[in-house]
Amino acid sequence: MVDWPILSVLIFLPAVGAAFILVIRGEAAVVAQNARSVALWTSLITFGLSLLLWTGFDTTTAAFQFEERTPWIADGIDYHLGVDGISMLFILLTSLLTPICVLASWQSVQSRVREYMIAFLIMETMMIGVFAALDLVLFYLFFEGGLIPMFLIIGIWGADNRVYATFKFFLYTLAGSVLFLLAILWLFFQYGTTDIPALMGIGIDPWWQNLLWLAMFAAFAVKIPMWPVHTWLPDAHVEAPTAGSVILAAVLLKIGGYGFLRLSIPILPDASVYFTPLVFALSVVAIVYTSLVALMQEDMKKLIAYSSIAHMGFVTIGVFTFTQTGVEGGIMVMLSHGLVSAALFLCVGVVYDRIHTRRIDRYGGLVHRMPVYAAVLMVFTLANVGLPGTSGFVGEFLVLAGVFQVNTWVAFFAATGVILSACYALWLYRRVIFEALTKADLKSILDLNRREVAIFAPLVALVLLFGVWPMPLLDVFHASVENLLAQHQLATGTAPFGETLFAGN
Amino acid sequence: MAAQLVVLLPLVGAILAGLFGRAIGARAAQLVTSILLTASAVLSVYLFWTVGLGDAPFTAPLFTWVESGGFLAEWSLRIDQLTVVMLVVVTGVSSLVHWYSIGYMHGDPGIPRFFAYLSLFTFAMLMLVTADNFLQMFFGWEGVGLCSYLLIGFWYDRPSANAAAIKAFVVNRVGDFGFALGIVGIFFVFGSIDFDTVFAATPGMVGTSIEFLGGRFDTLTVLTVLLFIGAMGKSAQLGLHTWLPDAMEGPTPVSALIHAATMVTAGVFMVARLSPIFEYADFTLALITVVGAVTAIVAASIGLVQNDIKRVIAYSTCSQLGYMFFAIGVSAYPVAIFHLFTHAFFKALLFLGAGSVIHAMSNEQDMRKMGGLWRKIPLTYALMWIGSLALAGAPLFAGYYSKDAILEVAWGANSGVGDLAFLLGILAAAFTAFYSWRLMFMTFHGTSRAPAEVQAHVHESPPIMTVPLIILALGAVFAGMLTAGLFFGEDTHFWGESLLVLEHHQAIEAAHHAPFWVKASPTAVGLVGVLIAWWMYIRRPAAPARLAAGNGPLYRLLLNKWYFDEIYDAVFVRPAQRLGTLFWLGGDGRIIDGYGPNGVAALVVDLARRATQLQTGYVYHYAFAMLIGLVAVVSWVLLWAGG
Repeated sequence: MVDWPILSVLIFLPAVGAAFILVIRGEAAVVAQNARSVALWTSLITFGLSLLLWTGFDTTTAAFQFEERTPWIADGIDYHLGVDGISMLFILLTSLLTPICVLASWQSVQSRVREYMIAFLIMETMMIGVFAALDLVLFYLFFEGGLIPMFLIIGIWGADNRVYATFKFFLYTLAGSVLFLLAILWLFFQYGTTDIPALMGIGIDPWWQNLLWLAMFAAFAVKIPMWPVHTWLPDAHVEAPTAGSVILAAVLLKIGGYGFLRLSIPILPDASVYFTPLVFALSVVAIVYTSLVALMQEDMKKLIAYSSIAHMGFVTIGVFTFTQTGVEGGIMVMLSHGLVSAALFLCVGVVYDRIHTRRIDRYGGLVHRMPVYAAVLMVFTLANVGLPGTSGFVGEFLVLAGVFQVNTWVAFFAATGVILSACYALWLYRRVIFEALTKADLKSILDLNRREVAIFAPLVALVLLFGVWPMPLLDVFHASVENLLAQHQLATGTAPFGETLFAGN
Repeated sequence: MAAQLVVLLPLVGAILAGLFGRAIGARAAQLVTSILLTASAVLSVYLFWTVGLGDAPFTAPLFTWVESGGFLAEWSLRIDQLTVVMLVVVTGVSSLVHWYSIGYMHGDPGIPRFFAYLSLFTFAMLMLVTADNFLQMFFGWEGVGLCSYLLIGFWYDRPSANAAAIKAFVVNRVGDFGFALGIVGIFFVFGSIDFDTVFAATPGMVGTSIEFLGGRFDTLTVLTVLLFIGAMGKSAQLGLHTWLPDAMEGPTPVSALIHAATMVTAGVFMVARLSPIFEYADFTLALITVVGAVTAIVAASIGLVQNDIKRVIAYSTCSQLGYMFFAIGVSAYPVAIFHLFTHAFFKALLFLGAGSVIHAMSNEQDMRKMGGLWRKIPLTYALMWIGSLALAGAPLFAGYYSKDAILEVAWGANSGVGDLAFLLGILAAAFTAFYSWRLMFMTFHGTSRAPAEVQAHVHESPPIMTVPLIILALGAVFAGMLTAGLFFGEDTHFWGESLLVLEHHQAIEAAHHAPFWVKASPTAVGLVGVLIAWWMYIRRPAAPARLAAGNGPLYRLLLNKWYFDEIYDAVFVRPAQRLGTLFWLGGDGRIIDGYGPNGVAALVVDLARRATQLQTGYVYHYAFAMLIGLVAVVSWVLLWAGG
């Protein structure tokens, strides 16, 4: 363990970096270059420190670790931080991807570089804060606070239709978060505390649980996003700059799934069981529906965005199986998707930087000029398809194994995702990479440069490593998930699912 | 250690050729992969020798792959009698195909990539056959599917190759859909995906039932049918066979290795490996028998009229896989694996021989443009005869032992489905003889129908290609007679506990005492097929055209492959595309966005336009105002509440 407040440092170090950038003065070009450097170094140091979190983490216990608690706004509302197996890896994911985002924007962002870098560092502060917060008010502040840099990134550095996308994003998330805020207020007035561990299993009246659950669901379902409140995501992705899409897909969406695990299930266990059929239904529709929609897309980013929604369907299914395999699978899908979707959007960014279009039919035959790019994109396409040996497989398969124990219909429809994802992903790959290179402006396109290789190399390595050896990740959250489910069973009085369920008669 | 090396050497080769191919050059990439695979093949023979003929089977554990809530999968190498047979087939054919490809791919710009894919494929196939649990088997299963996709689409400039590659992957995924559900079902029922644990618990599950998709079904039937759907996809059984003929878009060595000898037999291997489960599922076994028998006859019927030399062989493969499956359906696993073993030799030989013909013909594959080649490429001609004789089951050739054995066990099963399989199998044997001889006659005999400049270039292949062919030809001649006794002789104990056949499944025992007419009929109908082919293509060359014209609908049905592709396109592909468009433009666009955000957004934009007249117009000003407002509201509420 570490005897200094590592979580606070991780949260606020990027904000300090942002403050530094704010005071940089001088010529525009110099300011831009310094802002890039400060952002890169700040995020790299943050990443380095976050590794201490992993090395110091005790995987044998489900208790919160690295806890910090200081009286804050009022009695019952403390500045309370801590991580367990469920949240710790998301902090690492965030701190890993931020420097990658900074690097990815090194050349593609030329206007308002200083503000751009500040936005990304503030974003990192907010995201790490969400995953470390153990107080509802704190959680809510980080949760909402993260949206603001995202609005800015899309609204200022986005593509042509950015204002529409920002408004749509804003409207959806606003609707969700207002209800979430009401839920927090109700809990505070009722129990006099917003401390998350204290509220877990506090035994709320079932009728109120249902109301509160729906209020939180509104926030998390929009964020993850679930069908039918998903339509903001494709637009946001299409309009966002590359790095914005990366953070959006890799980290921001995960807050929805994390919210279910951290808040909905432990605080509202009965309602979570009660609404499971709803979650399953929406998730299954999402997988089939968005996969079919992805099949018809003409815009690369839109296609990947729809595929993200389908993958998030696996997450919600897994989490609400209330089985060890299902929940762990859901977390694994989130982590893997964090790497894979980030990489896919970065891949789109590579060609967008060169040709300035995302239209699939404007490409074709890139393998002739960009063999390294073709190989990299192949790895991530396969991971997106969930091929064994890539990180994408482990989570999806565990989710299937979990949900088959609970509901075979859901397993059946979720498994159709196996077929459909292959269709849209390989179809995309073929149209962009294969066949003869005929378009004039592609004939001089350049393969990945050294900076881009440096961005992709760690992602390729991690996707393959966790494909054949996911145990370093699974080990981290075994104990916490086990505890989550044990508490859940205690609270709801349900029998544990698993091997014992099959009686055979 | 030998086991680890057998599996890992091809992976090492794949990595070296794939990552450093450009650095070390094409020649080095070819040699390093080919040599490593040959080493792997030698070690496989060693393992066959020790484990197959004496030593105890063993499992070499590597490390834990996935462990989650009782779901435990280890990376490990299971070396038992069934595995060592597959090891010899896979590494043997693969190493020959590697050497052959050095000649065949000469001058291709993608040589390192090609050899990397071949070696990677071999690695995945070896992981499949050495799997000790369902998940590792699935890893190999999907891995070979991936490599098949990459190799079919190897010449990525061709749109047809890309289409065939995607089709192969997607159709296989339909099978994998069943396989994956089968595995998670196994985990649900047995609480484990480890082979030994599951096999040991299977007898206890007989007679139990399971909730599946709203109904209650026999547990083992549900699980085995799901698993069999996976096998159908990979082994191109009727319904999921449409990808295999299209897969001929890949380079010919690929067809020999993947689409004849190894990957397509993975389904047969899977069911044989899982015989301790399938044995207790009589309904599934009957289903397998019927599917296998129908595939054998339908594929053979299509093969009768195809004009592309590789497609004839592809449909023949499909048909022969059907034979293997109906042998499995009557619980004659050793016979199915025996046929898998001999088929690997002669079918790889036929494909590589066809490759040699195509090579000689300047990449022409249409048999209507061949003819009279036997004088110009006599060695290839002789080798192709050996392959065809073995395929048709001519006495003493490899196919004679294994195919006749399959027909005998079908008869010996003494059941309705067994008799059906026997009848269709006999008929398919006649078809097999017909299309084999047709292929030989059209390609090598008669007068040449090729353009003059192609004729001038016809040449025998170099030794690097013909030597592997000769080795395979030796196998096609001797593999049957040498191993028949070992694999399914009357008192062989070769298989140990690797294959389970229940006491009351008597097909093999009965086959050993089959009457003379059963043993003789495959040869007899084969002769009939040969005679018809001879009459139609040598004696009366005008006959085929007349026959085709006189039986228009039937001919078109066969020529168009029973219209499977057209039906699938109408039933699955186009509706999926229409649904996708409907959901996208109608669902997302008109309904969700139309009534949701756009309606609201229109209002907001309207308000905002008025507001901008008063304000600065920078988006981030709004955003900061929002943040401050938010913090203010929250703080106020909470302070008020706390105080």
